[in-house]
Formats: sequence, C-alpha cells, structure tokens
Amino acid sequence: MNTYTIDLSLRPTTFDLWHVCLAGTAALLALVLIVVLVSVLLGMRRCKSAVPTVAPIAPQPEVKIVEKIVEVEKIVQAPAPEPVILKEATPDAALQLLSLLQKEARFIDFIKEDVSAFSDAEIGAAARVVHQGCSKAVSEHFTLAPVSNDPEGNRVTLNKGFDAASFRLTGNIVGEAPFTGTLVHKGWQVTDLRLPKLTEGHNAKIVAPAEVEL
Amino acid sequence: MTARYSVGIDLGTTHCVLSYVDLDAGEDQVVLDVLAIPQLTGPGTIEDKAQLPSFTYLAHSAEIAEGATALPWTAKPEYLVGEIARNLGSKTPIRLVSSAKSWLCHAGVDCKQAILPAEAPEDVARISPFAATKAYLQHLRDAWNHRFPEHNLQDQDVTITVPASFDPAARELTVEAARSVGLVQAVLLEEPQAALYSWIENSEGDWRNHVQVGDVILVADIGGGTTDLSLIAVTEQDGNLQLTRVAVGDHILLGGDNMDLALAYTVKAKMEQESGKRLESWQLQALTHACREAKEKLFNQPELGSMPLVVASRGSSLIGGTLRTELTRDELNRILVEGFLPWVPIEERPVIRPRSGLRTAGLPYAQDAGITRHLAAFLSRQKEATGELSDHVLPEHASFLHPTAVLFNGGVLKAGLMAERLMQILNNWLQAEQAAPARLLQGADLDLAVARGAAYYGFVRKGKGVRIKGGTAAAYYVGIESSMPAVPGLPAEIEALCIAPFGMEEGSEQELPNDEFGLIIGEPVRFRFFGSKTRRDDAVGVRLDYWQDDELEELDEIEITLPEEGRHAGDIVPVHLSAAVTEVGTLELKAISKRDQQRWKIEFDVRAGEALKSS
Repeated sequence: MNTYTIDLSLRPTTFDLWHVCLAGTAALLALVLIVVLVSVLLGMRRCKSAVPTVAPIAPQPEVKIVEKIVEVEKIVQAPAPEPVILKEATPDAALQLLSLLQKEARFIDFIKEDVSAFSDAEIGAAARVVHQGCSKAVSEHFTLAPVSNDPEGNRVTLNKGFDAASFRLTGNIVGEAPFTGTLVHKGWQVTDLRLPKLTEGHNAKIVAPAEVEL
Repeated sequence: MTARYSVGIDLGTTHCVLSYVDLDAGEDQVVLDVLAIPQLTGPGTIEDKAQLPSFTYLAHSAEIAEGATALPWTAKPEYLVGEIARNLGSKTPIRLVSSAKSWLCHAGVDCKQAILPAEAPEDVARISPFAATKAYLQHLRDAWNHRFPEHNLQDQDVTITVPASFDPAARELTVEAARSVGLVQAVLLEEPQAALYSWIENSEGDWRNHVQVGDVILVADIGGGTTDLSLIAVTEQDGNLQLTRVAVGDHILLGGDNMDLALAYTVKAKMEQESGKRLESWQLQALTHACREAKEKLFNQPELGSMPLVVASRGSSLIGGTLRTELTRDELNRILVEGFLPWVPIEERPVIRPRSGLRTAGLPYAQDAGITRHLAAFLSRQKEATGELSDHVLPEHASFLHPTAVLFNGGVLKAGLMAERLMQILNNWLQAEQAAPARLLQGADLDLAVARGAAYYGFVRKGKGVRIKGGTAAAYYVGIESSMPAVPGLPAEIEALCIAPFGMEEGSEQELPNDEFGLIIGEPVRFRFFGSKTRRDDAVGVRLDYWQDDELEELDEIEITLPEEGRHAGDIVPVHLSAAVTEVGTLELKAISKRDQQRWKIEFDVRAGEALKSS
C-alpha cells in the first residue's frame, strides 16, 4: 500500500510528469486570471463610456471608443454555451409500471426466483402467468403500434430529413440520404398512454404490499 | 336550464356504463360517446374505465391507509365502488356487496334494510341493496360532474335502464335511488328496448331495410348475471314502420358468471382427482378467473384444441407452487354449449325442483341452467302476444310464437359459438312448424349497446326518431276475498281484481270507480298484489275467480295507510283505486276518496313488514 508523507525539506531532483502537469495548470490558471481581469476592466470602462453616449453632445473621440466596445462584446459572448438540460425520469411512473406488472403478471416474483432448480415444464407453467399478465397490463395501459408499417425483411427507403430517433441505421452507413436498406425490426411506439393516477401520499415504492390473511 | 346532453345509464348487475349524446351537435346527427369513469382500482390508484363494476366493498377501518381512497371529486367516498371493490372483494368476499340489482327485484326482502353482504359476519356493517344502487348512481353522477362541470348531470336528460322483467316495486326503487342523488328528471327504459334502439341508431337510418311489417324481433339479452327476453313486433301506421314491444320474459338469474363458475367447478374436480388434494377457496377464485380467459381464447380462436390453465401460488415463489391443468374444447362444449344451451324440443320446460327447507337467505338463482328451456317456455307462453296485431298472423298449428328476427345483447353472446347454437336451436323449432328461419340482426355492440341505446332514447324522446311503443309489460291485480261462504279447513277464496290492464301507456291513468273499499284511518291496509305477463284482454275492473298457476304471479303486497289529517282514527273512508303509469315509467297506485276526491299514494315497498311477519 502506498503512503504519502509530506516532507517540506525535500527538493525535486528531476522534472517529472507531475511537475509538468503542475506547471501547466499554474500557467493555465494564470492565463484565465489575466483574461478575466482584462475583461472585467474593459467591461467597467464600457459601462462608464455607455453613460456619455446617451448624453446629447457626443465628442468625436468617444465615438472611437464605441467601435472598440463592439470588439469587446465578441470576447464576452464567446465563453457562454447553452447548458444541456437532461430530462429527469420521475420515479413514480417507473414504480407504477413495476407495481402493475407485479399485480397482473407476478413479474417481480418471477425474475426474483432462482430458476436453475426447476424444470423447463415448471418454468413454462409459471411463464404463462407472467406472459398472460404482462400482456394484459401492457395492453390495458399502453396503445402500441409499429413504427414502420412495412413487413420485416422488405426493402425500405428513408428520404432526406427522416426522423433519426424513429429509424436507426445500422451496418454500412455511407453516402447521403435517401438511404435504402432492409427493415430488420419494425419498431414499436406508444401512441397512447393510460397510467393510473395516484392519490396524494400514496407510497409508490411499495410495489406489492405484504399480504396477511386473517 | 335546457339539457345539453342526453345521458343513458346502464345500471347493470355486474357493470354500469354511462353513454351520452350531445343534443346541440346538429339537427339529426347522433354522436354517441361513452364516459370514461375515473375509479379506484386499488388503494391509492385511480384509472379511467368505460365500465364501473357494480360492486361495493365495505372496508374495515384498519384495512386502508388514510387518504388512499381519494377520488378526483372527494377526499373520502362513503363507499368503495367499482374496480377496487371487485379487487379487494375477490380476496375478502365477506365484505363484498354484489348483484344489488337482483336483490331489488327479489320478493320477500326489504330493499332498504341493511342486508348485504348476506353472508357477512355480525361485525361487518351491512348496507341495503337500495344504498348500493344509490352509491353506483352517485359515483356516476360525480364522475360526470367532474368531467362536465358546466353541465351538471342533474340538468341533463337522463335515462336509466332496467330489466324488462323488473316488477313495479323494483322500478320504483330505482327511480327513488336516482332521485336521492339529485337525478329527479331520470326516466326508465327497458334494457332489451335499449338494445334495439342502439341497433337502430347504429344502422344510421338503414334499419327500415332490414325489417318489414309482420316481423317479430326476439331480443335475447344474456348478460353477466341475468337473462332477459323481449318480443318486439314491427307494425305499420300511416305508411310508417312502427315498433311495439309485445311481451317480456321472467327475471332469470342466469348469465355469464354462472358459466365461468360451472367451468371452474368442473376443472376443480378434475384437478382434485389428479392431485388428490383439495383446492382451497382462493384457488377456486383464481381458477374461475383463468377459466374466463381460457374460455374467451377458445371461443375466439377455433383452431385451438385446448388452453392451459395455471393457478399461481399466493406466496412470492411463483414457479414452485404453480398448479397446472388445461381446459379442452370438448369440456368447453360439454359444459357451456350443452349445459347452458341444450338441444331441446320446444315442448321442454325448465326443471323446477322444490326448494329445500334449509335454504339460506340468498338470491333466487335459476334452478335450470338450460337457457334454451327458458326460451322455449317464454315463446310458448307468449303464443298470443301478437294476437291483436292484424299484420301478424300465426299459423293455426303453431305451438309457440314464431320470431322472424333475433337481436342479441350481452357479453355471453359475443362468443360466436354460443350465438350460432342459439340460432340453430331456434331455427330448428321454427322448421319443425314449417316456419321460415329467423335471421340475426347484425351490427350490435353487445357490451355497450344498452347504455348507448339509452342515450339515443333521450334523442328519440325529443321526437327525432322511431319510438318503441309498449306500455306496461303486465296486467296488475289486487287480491280480494270473495264473498263466498267460508268452508272450514280451506283458505278463503280469493279473487283477482284487475286495476291496470296490459300495455298501459306512459302518462295514462285508469280509475276503478265501481269497486269500493273501506279503509280505516291510521291503520295500514294491505292488499295481495298480482301481475300477469300473458293476460292481455283483462280490462280494469275485471274480477277473476279462476286462473292458471302460470298466468298470475304473486308480487309483494302493497300497503296503504290513510293519515289522520283532520279525521278521527278508526273512521272508515270509502275509496276506490286508480292506477297510472307515470312519464318516468313507474306504476303508481292511488286510493281516491269517494267523498272529497282526496288521493293517497299506495306504497309498493312493504317488504319490511313482510320480512318481520315471516321471521
């Protein structure tokens, strides 16, 4: 196990990778500091000069300053990229779906069970419960439709501007649209969604309550 | 405020459906929609479904977390109804109220007394069939008002369907339940009629090309819990086709649920024989569920020879504890097709076994599961149903009424095999009497037709379509002791006095001025009350001193108590009786004083006293 101790009397004898990194970081930070300071300084000057431009009598030299300000604005705008907002999936809907699958299809019971000890016939019998229930739960709460109405195996052509989220290209992707290829999977899309609403204070984390028979 | 929508409510034995038509949508355009009813499906989860299961669950106070039963319109509903009730009740049947509607028509119980669930132990707070009916209507009303806050259901045209076989007391109770949730304007419509209205609406004006004068349409409605039969004749007036409901059948408690149960019991016996172990009640429940799905699969996919049935264990170990068996096509045919639609001649009648003395208080379920026997009995009994219509001439030798067209309704007949079989048997009967085979009217939506037809009826009531005529489906009588000298050892002879004839139209009234009764002020007076679905010619005031057993059916007694207002208790007031059919569709009996024309309403629902007397 490595242990690090701090000894201030030691002096580096070689210029190793760590030191190169350290020096680079220091230089970078210094550069950033200088840029920030310059921009703050120029920004303050712009603010000061903005007031005189509003004034009715504008002397000639000050017009030149306005030209300079335009340049400064370019500098300020550059380091402001739009922040990417990722959609946060709400846990309730996911928990609800689990709960529905467990209620109708004993889904969690099935996947939580160790299947290695059972014969295929036994697993098959249980799989019917799961299949029947899942099918009921899914068809009750979702309306599913294929993305592509062509039969699988057919040649299909995707024109320029096709929705890349609905159609995924695979294999030999070269050249420009239109693309022609074989439809391997027709895709699925949910056209209607009917999830149960939940009452205030309903604990969705209990996907199946414990049952006690009296 | 004028109604914007015509709303039809199918208040079924197992499901309720609400359908509506926008009356402002355009002149003759009918745009029908079915309301997606928000309901709890489990504690804390709410889903929109087209059907509201007619079940009420009486939850224990510790059973459900606080706030887990909130609905979009209320934080805590009084009763749990709909899918949640059925789900929770499948595991705790002692707290589940089901088939409240069938109880409404059950003679001999007080429908406003808290008697359901009938099998519940002492400390479960029971509710009355009336309260359960009210709860379903209230849920539907709230769901509507939540969806259309600007058009309250209380202000719309509302039609509620009832079985054609509902007696006057059950109709009255349904209307009363509707009134108690604010639907004072609701009118009643018979379910088979609603199904036919739906077929007419669905044909978009083309129905006239599918039926002709002289047709008799048999509407066979086999739902989850009941079987309802009606006959509707096609006649002509001033060159226009007209529809007249000429007969309705008895209230038969036999339907799709019986079929699933029959399958489950057969499979259970098979499994117990194979494994040597008894199945527990929860396993039977799961088996019933699995049988229902297997049945549908086998019916829909004729190429399948059998369907595996699996009963999963209750614990989290799914694979180890799963029981497996299968339902074969042979079994399905034997149990459902042969069992419920047996191939019988028209002369056959339902078997009636004497009830055993130790019967628990329950619904009078049909003893004979053979629907075709019930149908044979109905058609034979109603041989004279079209006797008064000049366009309908039955051959001399006919032993039953010959329907020429058939309209199906109800989930059971969605199975092609069952529908075909019923048609075959009917056509076989017709063929035996050299009559043309009946044809099946196509294009009905068997699950939602009743609600849709009821919504369309609101449109028809505005004079925008053909209206089925019919009036009361029975003649009504009160029993009076005859003035014969008493014979020791024999009960006093009773005569039936007709107070309302067959086919009384809505909004009409018939008085009986020549028969007087002396009523004692302040004391309840009871009459025995009878109905007949076959005696079509008895006018008001006719006294019958003899009738066949199957002609008159005894209903619950009716009761009248004259209030003491301005009179002395014990005084005798001479009155005569009057019967009216209200616009709503209920029968109203009144006693009218000879002296000052004062009127008192006669109550149907006197089953309370009846129950006390017999207990």
